[in-house]
Amino acid sequence: MADLLFHFFSILTIGSAFAVVYNHNAVNSALAFLVGLIGVSGLFVLLDSFLLAVLMILVYAGAVVALFLFIIMLLDMQGGERKKFSKPTAVAALMGSGLLAVCIVTLFQSFGSLYQPDATTVVPVGATLKNYADQLFTTYLLPVQVVGFLLLISMLGVIVLSKKFEGLGDVK
Amino acid sequence: MIDLYLDLPVWIQSALKGLIVIMVIIPIAGACSLAERKVSAWIQGRPGPNRATVPWVAWIPFFGKFLQRLGVFHLMADGAKFIFKEDVLPGHVNKFYYYLAPLVALVPALCTIVVVPFGAYFDAATETLQPVILANVDVGILAVFAIGSLSVYSLILAGWASNSKYPFLGGVRASAQLISYELSMTLSVIPVFLWVNAPGGNGTLSLFDVVQSQSQPGFLGGMWFVFLMPLCAFVFLVALFAETNRQPFDMPESEADLVGGFHTEYGEFKWSLFFVAEYAHMTIGSGVFVLLFLGGWNPLPWVPLAPLIAGLPIWLGGLIGIGVFLAKSLAFIFLFMWIRWTLPRFRYDQVMTIGWQKLLPLAIGNVIFYALAIAVIERS
Repeated sequence: MADLLFHFFSILTIGSAFAVVYNHNAVNSALAFLVGLIGVSGLFVLLDSFLLAVLMILVYAGAVVALFLFIIMLLDMQGGERKKFSKPTAVAALMGSGLLAVCIVTLFQSFGSLYQPDATTVVPVGATLKNYADQLFTTYLLPVQVVGFLLLISMLGVIVLSKKFEGLGDVK
Repeated sequence: MIDLYLDLPVWIQSALKGLIVIMVIIPIAGACSLAERKVSAWIQGRPGPNRATVPWVAWIPFFGKFLQRLGVFHLMADGAKFIFKEDVLPGHVNKFYYYLAPLVALVPALCTIVVVPFGAYFDAATETLQPVILANVDVGILAVFAIGSLSVYSLILAGWASNSKYPFLGGVRASAQLISYELSMTLSVIPVFLWVNAPGGNGTLSLFDVVQSQSQPGFLGGMWFVFLMPLCAFVFLVALFAETNRQPFDMPESEADLVGGFHTEYGEFKWSLFFVAEYAHMTIGSGVFVLLFLGGWNPLPWVPLAPLIAGLPIWLGGLIGIGVFLAKSLAFIFLFMWIRWTLPRFRYDQVMTIGWQKLLPLAIGNVIFYALAIAVIERS
């Protein structure tokens, strides 16, 4: 049963990821992204990390994608014309395909040599809430603060960029 | 009979349990629509629906007349109308999303019930109270919030797929409003879980444990959280109204300025799915409020359920637990209707001001205050 569900959610995630990229309609893309997030959170459930699964749905599926849709609808974006092939695009494509080639080669070289612990002996660390709290307030305290600070900076940036300073000449 | 049930594979058992719960929720949602008409009529001083009847029921001497006055047959006529009406598809809509939206409305509304305990029974073997619940997971309340937050897509999709102005405005309003009030809602329950999770524990977000911590002995232990944390309850209540799109917060629908809002282009059975979803949300929302702040299945403050049903047979005790919980939830649904027919609807800018400038600072201050207070109490 778990294997079947794993395959189901994996195919769902990968398929919807492709749908996000290849769709011309922005609303379709956003909804495919939503399905992909649900697939990922299904995979988290199969790994016994229920908190991550739920947070994935709550934060990303419930709020972030809803905001994406909000913006897409507000700006009424349609799939634009495909841009012409220019020199920078060619360079970017070359670098991208090179990276992909490296990834594929590594994948095939390391196939089977990955550390594969016996599933029965692995402790489901993510199953209890206390482990998350412990880790977040000890090992990962600095990264959490840094990420929070980054989000704050970006938020302030958006406010500054989008605010119109008319009638406040001296402030600007 | 029990053996036959226990011999079934696990997934069939779960499916059966889920089906039974859905078969309870949907009639409650239907009965709510009838109750809404009767309550509104009562508040506005008119009799409400009291004419429709079926001939052979009208012949029953006293009971038939009673059912007619109650308006039960209006409900059935409504249901029949929704099912048998022609399925109209407007020419200008995006067909796929137009059909998808009502389904997306109903599915999350019914899924949230999976992690909500709706009763408790006394297990004689272990001498403890056990929850009556479909899936007793540790993340309880977060799962409710997570699945509940998906219901915003039905409004957005319905508004967008309808491809006309008023539904579109409704969809845009829905996405902004639901996200704004989700913040205050999640912040308002933090003090509750700070209080429930004693230091040294493994940490739990389960709704069953919230009720258990309202059934402790002693003055503070047996106190319902609505008395212990009235401000949390208030913020949660306001956010709950906004999240379930009930007046005074029904901006996405707002028939005064948006015709019908997101469901303007919907008719017949698809419209009724939106309707059932709204009432199902309301039912489950009131259930969650009862569990968090009103002591769940404990009949009175400082009167826990466990000693009362300890000597009774297991099915009777369980039924009493479920009955107390349902009675409280239904009373709470009445509050929803009472407020709907008492307060006028806010303007849209007022909704946004209340959400971001009043409710959110209040919720944050509330969290800080209770965090300090709980720390002081735990120290002493």
